[in-house]
Amino acid sequence: MEYFFQQLINGLTLGSIYGLIAIGYTMVYGIIGMINFAHGDVFMVGAFIALIAFLLLVALGVTAIPLALFLVLLIAMALAALYGWVVERIAYRPLRHSFRLAPLISAIGMSIILQNYVQVAQGARVKPLPPLIQGGYTLIESDVFAVQVSNIQIIIVLTTVALMTIFARLVGSTRLGRDMRACEQDLKMAALLGVDTDRTISLTFVVGAALAAVAGIMYLLYYGVIDFFIGFVAGVKAFTAAVLGGIGSLPGAMLGGLLIGLIETFWSAYFSIEYKDVAAFSILVVVLIFLPSGILGRPEVEKV
Amino acid sequence: MSQAAETPARPAVDLVAALKSASLAALVAFGLFSLLIGIRTDQGPTGALELTPRFTLLGVLVAIVFVGAFARALLGPEPIDFASHVPDELTAAVAQLGRYFGLALLAFALVEPVLFYDNRYLLDLGILVLTYVMLGWGLNIVVGLAGLLDLGYVAFYAVGAYSYALLAQNFGWSFWICLPLAGCLAAFWGVLLGFPVLRLRGDYLAIVTLAFGEIIRLVLLNWQSFTGGPNGISGIPRPSFFGIPFTDDENGFAATFGLEYTATHRIVFLYYVILALALLTNWVTLRLRRLPIGRAWEALREDEIACRSLGINTTTTKLTAFAMGAMFGGIAGSFFATRQGFISPESFTFSESALVLAIVVLGGMGSQLGVAVSAFAMLAGFELFRQFAQYRMLVFGLAMVLIMIWRPRGLVSTRTPSVSLGKPKPVDVEAVRAEGRG
Repeated sequence: MEYFFQQLINGLTLGSIYGLIAIGYTMVYGIIGMINFAHGDVFMVGAFIALIAFLLLVALGVTAIPLALFLVLLIAMALAALYGWVVERIAYRPLRHSFRLAPLISAIGMSIILQNYVQVAQGARVKPLPPLIQGGYTLIESDVFAVQVSNIQIIIVLTTVALMTIFARLVGSTRLGRDMRACEQDLKMAALLGVDTDRTISLTFVVGAALAAVAGIMYLLYYGVIDFFIGFVAGVKAFTAAVLGGIGSLPGAMLGGLLIGLIETFWSAYFSIEYKDVAAFSILVVVLIFLPSGILGRPEVEKV
Repeated sequence: MSQAAETPARPAVDLVAALKSASLAALVAFGLFSLLIGIRTDQGPTGALELTPRFTLLGVLVAIVFVGAFARALLGPEPIDFASHVPDELTAAVAQLGRYFGLALLAFALVEPVLFYDNRYLLDLGILVLTYVMLGWGLNIVVGLAGLLDLGYVAFYAVGAYSYALLAQNFGWSFWICLPLAGCLAAFWGVLLGFPVLRLRGDYLAIVTLAFGEIIRLVLLNWQSFTGGPNGISGIPRPSFFGIPFTDDENGFAATFGLEYTATHRIVFLYYVILALALLTNWVTLRLRRLPIGRAWEALREDEIACRSLGINTTTTKLTAFAMGAMFGGIAGSFFATRQGFISPESFTFSESALVLAIVVLGGMGSQLGVAVSAFAMLAGFELFRQFAQYRMLVFGLAMVLIMIWRPRGLVSTRTPSVSLGKPKPVDVEAVRAEGRG
């Protein structure tokens, strides 16, 4: 039982990271109906920026870890948002009226570019970071097993909750959020009614990339090691989360993220750790076959 | 700079605005590159990461972006339309030439082993190029003809390779028995995967095939007792000349035909085997394209909803395209296994799928000649620029994005439907718009 609780905590932490990435997929899909294949790589770029920014701050003499982390958060969010904006501007905007597969192929190209750009710029070897936030609490103590929650896990879950609250406010009650929802319902109609659709789509990418960067920082702090390839698997899993929750639905993305995190953790804990990625990928296939509109999504009607 | 000379001829150009937009682009570039390129992290002797500044490189890159954006702002936002400057006679002549180009290419492929008999390196390169031509043609059925984006094509390649390796090792079956079997097994996997997922829309299908490709690779990697896990399978039997092995003894190929033994015989034989297999793929595709099923594939690519309205069973149509593409992938896979003599999951990663997809996309989706030319250009390019190998994938990704922006139906060639009413449009913009998303 204690083992179960421990896995539950680990799963929720992992799920928070996936959920934050999944938001980016689901928002973009909701508005322009394309899978932003490069989103997982923006997450990876965010993690790299965070790593370099942190090392730079330490080299510059900022040794107070809370202050350094806060600055890293700002820098990584801003620069990753810039990446999101540029990716949309270069690779997707010119293709908005091209044929069906063009944006997806372009997105795959962009994903390959980002991965290899980081590999060329920073090398293919893994980048370790010593643990910055240590300590934790023991929740349940028994003779055989102690359920522990570490400080970093608490920070990850709390940050996710805080960001989700801010984000829900952003979508629910700001001008930008209203524009986004209008674009999601009907892009053409929104444009006719004076919504600057290009700007809204750009900002959607910016917000999604900033959230992915936060996920990247969490990944970096939680695992303590990153390489240029982490975006691929994390991206596919987050996409699975978005589909599972119902693509286009924001609470769905978070729910899906948590579920995928839990499933992956429990699968590793009780079945086999080698096949954890197989489990996550299989869920994607199974969900798309039996529940294509996801848990909280609306069924998609194709109009002519 | 050449652009500066042209500026006086264009009085409408606003220099200040151009400078402004170029500065903005340079600023954005500085933001993008500042940390990732400006500072390099390396593991020092203690294991901790050490920072190395690279400000010169950063400055050069930002300057390049500034100059590029400035030139673009001066010359106008539209890329230069080369096509409209080419005289019609030249276009016609190129088209005329293109008709014979395919034949010339085929003739060259046929005599290549004779011409370069002594050059083992060129023979090996030829085999590699032809393997990718075959893979490209196989994927072209799925992506180019039927318009289904398959990101897990390498899975079928892997199924073919492992089928041959395991059948040959466990049962001792010969290459020529295993080859069709491997094709059938790959096609079977294609159907097995395709049946449930082909109802999905294009983008979903792409992701599911990607997931499927990764699942296959992870299973091959982890099922140690069956596939050998990360160590792969070695000692895969080499092919024989229809039963006569390429060995240096009295039953060998050289002795049977009264030739002096060299290892080149086997290489030349392998070359002709893959050439024949690739040509078979091409021939089957060309024939199928004239059958109702091929027409249905092309119709499906152009407009799925119209297809359904006209009574085409989209699921079975997609399934046949998928199975057909998978079969040729599987056959190419078993050839790969017998040529290498060793296979491991390392050979079947996503980047391999991306490479084949890039070949198809660059060659012009649906065009047989275009795919062959782009496979040749790409692999020959790899060899020529071997010292820049680390930039290879970067160039690919860039090419994929740029092709989609400028020539979405392919750089080398384009293929419009075999049959169409009226003048075919290069990109069916209206149909996409009329789809009425949202």
